[in-house]
Amino acid sequence: MASARRSLNVVGKPLPRVDAWGKATGRTRYADDLSLPRMLYGRLLLSTQPHALIKRIDVSRALELEGVVAIITGRDVPVRYGIMPVGQDETALAVDKVRYAGEPVAAVAALDEDTAEEALSLIEVEYEPLRPIMSIEEALRLPEPRIHDYVPAGNIHRLASLEFGDVAQGFAEADYVREDLFFFQGNTHLPMEQHSALAYWDPAEGKLTLWSSTQTPHYVQRALAKALELPENRVRVIATPVGGGFGGKSDPFHHEICAAKLSMLTGRPVKITLTREEVFYAHRGRHPELMWVRTGVKRDGRITAMEFQAFLDGGAYSSYGPATTYYAGTFQTITYRIPHYRFQAVRVFTNKPPCGPKRGHGTPQPRYALEVHLDKLAHDLGLDPVELRLRNLTGPNEVTVNWLHITSNGLRQCIERVVEASGWREKRGRLPYGRGIGFAVSAYMCGAGLPIYYNDMPHSEVQIKVDRSGNVTAYSMAIDIGQGSDTVIATVVAEVLGLYPEDIRLVTADTDLTPIDLGSYSSRVTMMVGNAAYEAALKARQLIFRAAARELGVPVRRLEARDRTVFDRRDPSRALPFAEAARLAEARFGLISTIGSYRPPQRLGTYKGSGVGPSPAYSYSACAVEVQCDPETGEVKVEKVWLAHDIGRAINPILVEGQTEGSVYMALGEVLMEEQAFRKGQHRAPSMLDYKSPTIKEMPPVVSILVETDEPRGPFGAKEVGQGPLLCVIPAVANAVYDALGVRIDETPITPEKVLKALDEKAKGGPGRVGPERKPDFAFREPTRVERPPGWPHYRPHEEG
Amino acid sequence: MAADLTGRSNTVAEATTKAPVRLLVNGQPYELLVPVHRTLLETLREDLQLTGTKHGCEVGECGMCTVLLDGEPVLSCLTLTVEVEGRTVTTVEGLERGGELHPLQKAFAQMGATQCGYCTPAMLLTAKSLLDRSPSPSEDEIREALSGVLCRCTGYIKIIAAVEMAARQMGAPDSVA
Repeated sequence: MASARRSLNVVGKPLPRVDAWGKATGRTRYADDLSLPRMLYGRLLLSTQPHALIKRIDVSRALELEGVVAIITGRDVPVRYGIMPVGQDETALAVDKVRYAGEPVAAVAALDEDTAEEALSLIEVEYEPLRPIMSIEEALRLPEPRIHDYVPAGNIHRLASLEFGDVAQGFAEADYVREDLFFFQGNTHLPMEQHSALAYWDPAEGKLTLWSSTQTPHYVQRALAKALELPENRVRVIATPVGGGFGGKSDPFHHEICAAKLSMLTGRPVKITLTREEVFYAHRGRHPELMWVRTGVKRDGRITAMEFQAFLDGGAYSSYGPATTYYAGTFQTITYRIPHYRFQAVRVFTNKPPCGPKRGHGTPQPRYALEVHLDKLAHDLGLDPVELRLRNLTGPNEVTVNWLHITSNGLRQCIERVVEASGWREKRGRLPYGRGIGFAVSAYMCGAGLPIYYNDMPHSEVQIKVDRSGNVTAYSMAIDIGQGSDTVIATVVAEVLGLYPEDIRLVTADTDLTPIDLGSYSSRVTMMVGNAAYEAALKARQLIFRAAARELGVPVRRLEARDRTVFDRRDPSRALPFAEAARLAEARFGLISTIGSYRPPQRLGTYKGSGVGPSPAYSYSACAVEVQCDPETGEVKVEKVWLAHDIGRAINPILVEGQTEGSVYMALGEVLMEEQAFRKGQHRAPSMLDYKSPTIKEMPPVVSILVETDEPRGPFGAKEVGQGPLLCVIPAVANAVYDALGVRIDETPITPEKVLKALDEKAKGGPGRVGPERKPDFAFREPTRVERPPGWPHYRPHEEG
Repeated sequence: MAADLTGRSNTVAEATTKAPVRLLVNGQPYELLVPVHRTLLETLREDLQLTGTKHGCEVGECGMCTVLLDGEPVLSCLTLTVEVEGRTVTTVEGLERGGELHPLQKAFAQMGATQCGYCTPAMLLTAKSLLDRSPSPSEDEIREALSGVLCRCTGYIKIIAAVEMAARQMGAPDSVA
């Protein structure tokens, strides 16, 4: 791909996103903006009980209400589904048992919303309450009552236990060992757009169409087919522009299947839009996670061994949990060389809305624990926390102890740039009491190396059609959730063809019309769709260049495309407008329609669990945060954030900065305010007023620094930015609070109450720490021993062709 | 019984009292017969098909449904349609003038102030109201004015920058915007 980098015309330019005009005029149509003739309105009835048997559901009074057209309960949609093949534990409506307060038990379709709402109040449900399991500790301690029967024992959903190298040997080599406990509170995505789906079953054709605000139309298509017992090719899913996802619209959801079933029963279109309260129950957000980390170091700070244990509160269903369990331990090794590493995790079921992937999927929690732990280690050793990190960094072109292949790696540059920009060396430990600066680093994947369900097919495909008007259309199942995937596709295609992003017409996110893309998750779209789009565009350009070369009488290799023109590089006066060149190509070759397919490189690890973590490339970030803390009130105010991100190459710097700033914002909410918390089995705050999140008033200035490392596997060298920059901000804030006040808040969110408690304790001569006190009493199974890559860290894999 | 403008054979909604309402939306006069409990948000989105106005909570917490009522931002989810009798409503669809985008719309597009775009209509209208009364606001004034509208994508930084850019352009004497 290096040849394409000569001089770039649109890649790297701060152009408006291609969907900006629709969004700035209110013309973009989100799912709930759609309506069809004779459409019915659907609503869900939610369980009031966190854990109970359903003894009886009586819908007869509701059915008698004028305007109610259909009602379904669990027995009408009993087929189990779930996002992961190993987690097929959900039904569209609860069958015989409810597992969290807020779980849907019935669905109504009516002529209008008022009637649907009224009908819900007429449905009678008789519950037999069971003891709710509401915490990690309870789930580990109480094997009964069981939330699910399909797991081998008690309420334990998934386990991981791996050891790379020889941890005992590594600790024996250490001069100093430290261990810490942390708790990361659960929180939720809170997209501004409520989930919404419109289903239409065409009985004559036997086809179902679902318009939905989803990040994963392909997986929703599969789940709908399964749950409704339809052939997959009779189900068409069209993802509408997503009004905020952040991972929260990556699962197949109750309302999607219920809308479809109600449409099949009534023969009319049915729309279900969740209420804001229901969005809190739909959740799939950040797992609450208790973590224990123990690290051995040499006197100079070099790590000799690390053990990491994680206890994940999964909520009531699997969702992406089997992957989340491994993400608790997978990415510690891509920032630091850890010679011997043991990782153990357990995910438990509790009677709460299911947890799943939120921005950073399962990695912000361990990153927070690791980066605060290393900060403490540095203080113990009398080292600058930045220096401790620099002594342990991974480099480019290396394979981690757990067999992840790092290609480009700009972590060192990120650290240097942030240290320089923030004045770290002048400020650390020298700011007045109450003011502090904190530092942390992080890394993330550019797309999961494996699909959700095992298959050998490409993860992303793009078709391009060039017609005789000169119009270029790109077809891709990628869905723009605000991250800018439409702009990435248009920019890559435009760059290759010498056009502008606005010239590219896009057909996206329609399982009938567009070739596969697995979805907007795991920060995979720029890497995978971008590469597929690049390949398809290059093939189209070859055909156009061959036709133009003959017309202009110059060799193909001398042609270049730029500014909507195909021309001879040596004599630019020999030129054709792009549209004319396209017509010549169609005359000579027939329809100009080309394809590109992308599949990630083979993973290097072969052990059980090695499927989580491999990625074509990894992005890197470093962050410094300056805070002002009020020791009287405990309030933490973030004054400024410096964030450097190794983007590989910015396809569009405005979008990259936007993702960085948005990540900082979301991280600040997680570390200082947000809590998906429960009391007596009920969600404590299922409203935006009670669920505290930052507003425009709390947002500090952010200095975004882009580091470009030209990733060899990325389109034009690009890597991800949607998720990675969030990760380091959270621990950097925690470390800044310590620098400001000398207290450690080892659990999120860092609220004024916790800060005051720690200060109070410190004043009484205590350590000045708030956080979990002890690890749960749980015996992990002996870890599976995995050999390190031979010659680690100098092992070199065979590069793919 | 007379059907309301949605044309539905109504049920619960039908059973409620209806009232006639006249209002001016984006310069267009409307005469409607609406249930007395119908919100302005529902009237705009469902009866008038002006779906540019968004909803995020329908209980007045998120600001997504903000429209201008006689030039002032209001939450249309908390405003009953019958309350706006004889008044002027501006929605995002009413920001363009003669096919020309409002400077705020251009600035939002150019500065990257939209990501998912869901809060954009509310942000634009709230910012317009600010600039109409305070043509060159300070950053703090912008933050204060926009603080009732939540955004989960942008971290607000580019939104503030876009409002500042639009203010500069609207204030420039030779502005063609």
